[in-house]
Amino acid sequence: MSAIIHGAGAATALSTFNSVDSKKLVAPSRTNLPVRTQKYIVARSDASKKNIGSGLRVRHSQKLIANAVATKEAETSASTGHELLLFEALQEGLEEEMDRDPHVCVMGEDVGHYGGSYKVTKGLADKFGDLRVLDTPICENAFTGMGIGAAMTGLRPVIEGMNMGFLLLAFNQISNNCGMLHYTSGGQFTIPVVIRGPGGVGRQLGAEHSQRLESYFQSIPGIQMVACSTPYNAKGLMKAAIRSENPVILFEHVLLYNLKEKIPDEEYICNLEEAEMVRPGEHITILTYSRMRYHVMQAAKTLVNKGYDPEVIDIRSLKPFDLYTIGNSVKKTHRVLIVEECMRTGGIGASLTAAINENFHDYLDAPVMCLSSQDVPTPYAGTLEEWTVVQPAQIVTAVEQLCK
Amino acid sequence: MALSRLSSRSNSFLKPVTTALPYAIRRHVSTDTSPITIETAVPFTPHQCEAPSRSVETSSEEILSFFRDMARMRRMEIAADSLYKAKLIRGFCHLYDGQEALAVGMEAAITKKDAIITSYRDHCTFIGRGGKLVDAFSELMGRKTGCSHGKGGSMHFYKKDASFYGGHGIVGAQIPLGCGIAFAQKYNKDEAVTFAMYGDGAANQGQLFEALNIAALWDLPAILVCENNHYGMGTATWRSAKSPAYFKRGDYVPGLKVDGMDALAVKQACKFAKEHALKNGPFILEMDTYRYHGHSMSDPGSTYRTRDEVSGVRQVRDPIERVRKLLLSHDIATEKELKDMEKEIRKEVDDAVAQAKESPVPDASELFTNMYVKDCGVESFGADRKELKVTLA
Repeated sequence: MSAIIHGAGAATALSTFNSVDSKKLVAPSRTNLPVRTQKYIVARSDASKKNIGSGLRVRHSQKLIANAVATKEAETSASTGHELLLFEALQEGLEEEMDRDPHVCVMGEDVGHYGGSYKVTKGLADKFGDLRVLDTPICENAFTGMGIGAAMTGLRPVIEGMNMGFLLLAFNQISNNCGMLHYTSGGQFTIPVVIRGPGGVGRQLGAEHSQRLESYFQSIPGIQMVACSTPYNAKGLMKAAIRSENPVILFEHVLLYNLKEKIPDEEYICNLEEAEMVRPGEHITILTYSRMRYHVMQAAKTLVNKGYDPEVIDIRSLKPFDLYTIGNSVKKTHRVLIVEECMRTGGIGASLTAAINENFHDYLDAPVMCLSSQDVPTPYAGTLEEWTVVQPAQIVTAVEQLCK
Repeated sequence: MALSRLSSRSNSFLKPVTTALPYAIRRHVSTDTSPITIETAVPFTPHQCEAPSRSVETSSEEILSFFRDMARMRRMEIAADSLYKAKLIRGFCHLYDGQEALAVGMEAAITKKDAIITSYRDHCTFIGRGGKLVDAFSELMGRKTGCSHGKGGSMHFYKKDASFYGGHGIVGAQIPLGCGIAFAQKYNKDEAVTFAMYGDGAANQGQLFEALNIAALWDLPAILVCENNHYGMGTATWRSAKSPAYFKRGDYVPGLKVDGMDALAVKQACKFAKEHALKNGPFILEMDTYRYHGHSMSDPGSTYRTRDEVSGVRQVRDPIERVRKLLLSHDIATEKELKDMEKEIRKEVDDAVAQAKESPVPDASELFTNMYVKDCGVESFGADRKELKVTLA
C-alpha cells in the first residue's frame, strides 16, 4: 500500500494547516498533509485509538480537528466532551459559525420565532435578530433564489427546507443558479450557500414527506452533497459546509434528530469530501450513509456473531464520492455491499455501483450488490413502510450471499 | 433659425422648454453640463403613488452620451445579427435593438453600486454597465477572452465589479435572485438598490409574486422592472395576461408605467424609483418598449405581428431618432456631426468584431475550471491515490 500524495497535491503547503489565522483555517485534507495518510491507514486496520487520537488531535485551541473517524473510544479518550442530541449538535455548529462570521444568516420557514420545526434553529432568532434568522413565507422557489442571489454578493445564507421534499419546488434555482453560476460567469461569482433539511423515510409520514432528494440532486454539476448521521459529524459537516465556498446540500434525516452522543468541546470540522470508517473489517465492505448506517450496524452485530467481519464505511460525501477510502477498502475485502435509503432507480447506490465497477473492477471477487428502497411511493401503513426500506435482516442475508 | 425650421415639421414629441442661449448661436458637439429641462412626451401613470414630474433635468453632455451609447448598442446588436447568420454565433441569441433607451436611461439614474440583474436579453445591459464591446463579441463567439471566458454564451454575461449580476436563461428565475441581492444590500447597509428586470412573459411567473411578497414584507430596496415589449416570444400580452397592467400587479406595491422608448423618461422613473426603494421598500416599473427583432434569432418576428407594426414603431417611436431630434433641435450637434459619430461607432464595433474573431477558443482544460472553488481539496482520485482522475476546481 503506497499511498503517495500526487505531485499536485503535495505542492499545497502545510502552512495552511498550521496557520493560526482563523479565517484561513482549512481542514487538513489529503492534499496538504503528506504524512497524514500513513497514520490514518495504519490506525484503522488495527483499530488502535491511540494513533487516531495523537496523530490528528491538535492542542492549540484555535486549530481545528478534522477527524473523520468517530469511534466511541476516540471521544472518551479525549478531554471531557459534552453529550447532546443531533439537532442540538447542528444548532451548536450553526451558532458557532454565525458567531464567527457576520455574513452567515439563516432563512427558512419557521426558523426564527418558532425555533425551527425540528428545533435546529432554536434560540438563534433571539440571539442574532430578525435580519440574520429570517422567517420566510411558504415559497421555496423564491427564498431559495433569494438566498442564492444574496450569496452572489458575498453573504453566506443557510437555507432550510422544512422537509427536503419541499425543495423540489426550488429545483430550478438549485440546479440552474446555485450549481451553475460559478461556471457560467467564468468564476466571477461564488455561491457559498448551504441548503439543508431533513429528508428520508420517517414514521408513517406519507409519500410526499418521505422523499430522498439526494438521487435527484446528484447530477447537478457544481454542488456538493453531504449526509450527516451522528451528532459528531452533523456538527462538523455543518461547520464545514458553511465555511465552504461551494454550494453544499446537507442531508439530514428525520429519524436521526434525537440521537445522543458525546462530542468534543474543542472546535472541529469534518472534511466534506471524506468518508467515515465506522467499523474496520476484512471480509466485506458495506457502504452506507445516513439512517441506513444504523441498520447496517445492527446487522453487523448479527454478522459478527455468525463469524463474519464486515467493514462498514459511512460514505458521508454523496457528491463527490470518496473513492480513495472506498477504493482502499475494496482492495482489502474484494466484496462490496451498498445499503442505502434511496430508490433503486437512479439512486446514490446506482451511481456508486457504477463508480466502483468502473474504477475497482479488478479488485472485485463478486458483483457489487446494492440494497435500496423499493421503487414505490412510501406508503402510510406501518408494515408496508417497513418493507419499503432495507431492514437489517435483508442486510445479513445479502452479506451471507456475497461471502459464500 | 434652425430651430424654427425644425419646429414646423416636428411633431408633438419635442417641446424644448428652456434653453440658455439665443437661437442664432450654434452649439457644436458640446460637452456642456449646464442643465436643460426637457418634458417627456408621454405622462407617467402611477399606481399607489404620486407620479414624478414630467420635466426631466438633463444636460447636453448627457443627451449626447445617450445618443452615442444607444448608437453603439444598436450597432452591436446588428453586428450580432450578421455574425449569427454567418454561423459565428450559435445557439440562442436574443437581441435588444429597439429597447436601448432602457439600458441607457437606467444607467443615467444610478451608480455602479446599484445592482442590475436581467434575463437573457442582456447584451446591451452589459455594455451599459461598462462592459467592453470586444468582451461581448468574444463571449458570443465562444472565445477565451469573453466576459465569461466563453463558458456562458449570449445568455450569461456578468460583470461583478459593476454590480451586473447577469444574464439568466430561465424566464423569471432572476427575480428572486434580484430580491436576494437587494436583501444583501440591506443586510450590509449599502444604501444601494437592485433593479431586477424581466419581461412581460416573465410577469406571469409565480416566483415573481413570491419574491415581491418577501421584498415588501422585509422592506427590501428592490425595484422590479417589467420590460413590456408586448410579446412573450410569440404570444401577445393580451393573450397571456388577464391584467396586462403590469405596474398594477404588485397590488400593495406602488408602481409606475413609463414610456420605455424615451431615455429621459426612463431616467426620471428610475431616479424616482430608487429614492422610493431606499426609503419604502419595493417598487414596480413597467417600461413600455418594443423590440424590432424577433424573440431570438430563430424567430423571424413576423408570424405574430405585421411588418407594418414594426416599421410603424420604428418611424414614430425609435429611441435613437428621438434623441437625434432632441440634439438637433437644441443645437447641441449638427446632422453631420451626428453622422460622423455614427460612422465612428460603426468602425468601433467593426474593430471589436474583428478583434474578437481573432481571439483564441478556450483550451480543453477549461472544461473543468470554475466548477468548484478550490476548497478543502476538491479532487477525485483513483484507487491508490496515484492517479489524479480530475481536479474539480
